[in-house]
Amino acid sequence: MTAHYLVLSGLLFAIGAMGVLIRRNAIVVFMCVELMLNACNLAFVTFARQNGNLEGQIIAFFVMVVAAAEVVVGLAIIVTIFRTRRSASVDDANLLKY
Amino acid sequence: MESPVEIVQHTAGGVIGVSWLMIAFPLLGAAILLILGRKTDRWGHLLGVAMSLASFVVAVLAFVELLGLSAEQRRQAVHLYEFIPGMADMGLLIDPLSISFALLITGVGSLIHIYSIGYMSHDPDRRRFFSYLNLFVAAMLLLVLADNYVGLFIGWEGVGLASYLLIGFWQFKPSAAVAAKKAFVVNRVGDFGLLVGMFIMWSATGTFAFAELSEKAGSLSQPMVTAIGLLLLLGACGKSAQLPLQSWLLDAMEGPTPVSALIHAATMVTAGVYLVVRSGAFFFPEGSAQALAVAIVGAATLLAGAIIGCAKDDIKKGLAGSTMSQIGYMMLGAGLGPAGYAFAIGHLITHGFFKADMFLGAGSVMHGMNDEVDMRKYGALRKYMPITFVTFIIGYLAIIGFPLLSGYFTKDGIIETAVEHNQVLGWLAVIGAGITGFYMSRMIFMTFFGEKRWAEDAHPHESPTVMTVPLIVLSIGSIFLGGYLILSNRLMLWLAPAVGRPEELPTFHFASTPGLATLALVAVGAVYAWMKYGRAEVPAVQPRGSFLTTFARRDLYGDALNESLFMRPGQWLTRIAVFFDNRGIDGVVNGLAAGIGGTSGRLRRIQTGFARTYALSILIGAALLTGALLLVGNI
Repeated sequence: MTAHYLVLSGLLFAIGAMGVLIRRNAIVVFMCVELMLNACNLAFVTFARQNGNLEGQIIAFFVMVVAAAEVVVGLAIIVTIFRTRRSASVDDANLLKY
Repeated sequence: MESPVEIVQHTAGGVIGVSWLMIAFPLLGAAILLILGRKTDRWGHLLGVAMSLASFVVAVLAFVELLGLSAEQRRQAVHLYEFIPGMADMGLLIDPLSISFALLITGVGSLIHIYSIGYMSHDPDRRRFFSYLNLFVAAMLLLVLADNYVGLFIGWEGVGLASYLLIGFWQFKPSAAVAAKKAFVVNRVGDFGLLVGMFIMWSATGTFAFAELSEKAGSLSQPMVTAIGLLLLLGACGKSAQLPLQSWLLDAMEGPTPVSALIHAATMVTAGVYLVVRSGAFFFPEGSAQALAVAIVGAATLLAGAIIGCAKDDIKKGLAGSTMSQIGYMMLGAGLGPAGYAFAIGHLITHGFFKADMFLGAGSVMHGMNDEVDMRKYGALRKYMPITFVTFIIGYLAIIGFPLLSGYFTKDGIIETAVEHNQVLGWLAVIGAGITGFYMSRMIFMTFFGEKRWAEDAHPHESPTVMTVPLIVLSIGSIFLGGYLILSNRLMLWLAPAVGRPEELPTFHFASTPGLATLALVAVGAVYAWMKYGRAEVPAVQPRGSFLTTFARRDLYGDALNESLFMRPGQWLTRIAVFFDNRGIDGVVNGLAAGIGGTSGRLRRIQTGFARTYALSILIGAALLTGALLLVGNI
């Protein structure tokens, strides 16, 4: 019964992961990260349902809180990078290296 | 033979009770001059002379007091303080042997001090020179007066230090600095022998005191006594410049001339003879291996020194060769046991006078000749320096053993005793005397006779009174002292409480076979020297010379031998060590560091700066981790 939810969760996670790896636009990468987080949330909620307790749901709330905070900080960084370099490509921002 | 008398503890006061003043005066002089430094420049030399003379006065008073005691009482031990608890007490031994040395050291030493006032008058560092002279005298006095080997060793090292400072006094000359270092290093080899000998003494008997050692030495096993004796001989060889440690002496001429006189006549080189005589208990019985070794070393050195003296054109080096040779005679005498001790010490004392006389005379000649030392640039000086000439001639006659002068009695005594004990060594000594006759005559003819061969700017003149008076005093000693000491065995009887004496007192033969042979050989040597250097013209440039001359000029290749045997292997050893250090130890450390550095340099390339690369590595890592967890879970 819950297997479908888990499969969906896995698919969403895979799509998100591939998006992070393949796309260059920081906004899209950012959205893919959100997708992965939400795929995880779905898996947590599914397992909570399957096991008949609330722990997974509680964790899902924590993930949402963290995701919200991440959006605030992450978007601010992306906007600042865009303003200074006129580009939102993650590959262009590669100064922090060896 | 009769053995030495027991040492008695000194109780009553008197001068013997304060005999430490002998050492304290010159030590105080050295301390004042060194600590106050330039402030004492104006009167420093006077203080130095005064301290040396004060020490001489104390020595004379102690000598007189000792003369007043009976023979059994003539070994007085003066306890000063506990030096190393349970090991060694600092004390002085006032006996005929030590007081004879003290008189020689302070007497001749004071004359050299006085002479130095004139000789060093133009040197800006005259005050420093006198402080070192005082230090030298103090150290030498401690050496001969101490009643145990620890005190002797401190004096021994003090003498080494003072000689280093004085030989290298003009240290701005590289040759002087090198000569000082050489003297110091060669002396260390001898010190090694003395030290190890002392270690064995301590482990075998548990004492360093002369008094107890002479009692216990008899109960030691023969090999141990031989070992101690040979090690002490090594020490004596170092200080007294005997073969094979003779190489420093000729280079030591780099110091100012009064230093040479002090080293060669009154102090330093006599220390080895003193050590052997004082340690008589370890060279007993006469004819034992170690005593024979002393005699052989002496005989070999007296020939080597004489041969070297024949070829030197530098007047001081010629005299240095003769010192080596004369100390060889003393060693030969000291190797013959109580029968030879008195002659060895007698020769040491008379040699102290005539050699100081000649060294100071050589200094006087140099003083008048713009510090020229090459005898080929002298000639005909007898008219220009009459006092120097006469005193030098007296010293010369004394050293070649001209009948009735000092050297005649003491040297002849050694030769005759040696012939009695050991024919071979005795006749070698006779031959040595003949060579002495040659090279000393050569020196006289080249310096005072013949044609002028001076440098153009030379204006020879007689030295000031302050320099000639010591010469006159020393030459008087060179005339009379030997006969006084040796005839009717005065010195032997005087020394007997300290060193023992043979049962039968020797009588001095004026016409013994070895004595006549010596005189004949000396005459032959002198005439040959006159033919070559007196009658014939002396070339101003050193001729090439035969193989033998070159051999002697190069100090019998002693330096070359040392260089190839010790210095070169030593350098190879250090080179190997340096190579191992650079390539081996440094290689490992540097290689490790380079390896880590190189690896991390390559590893950091992983840090590309592309966020997506990092994301991929995180993903792969997470996948691997998950896979691993699954795998473990399944097992």
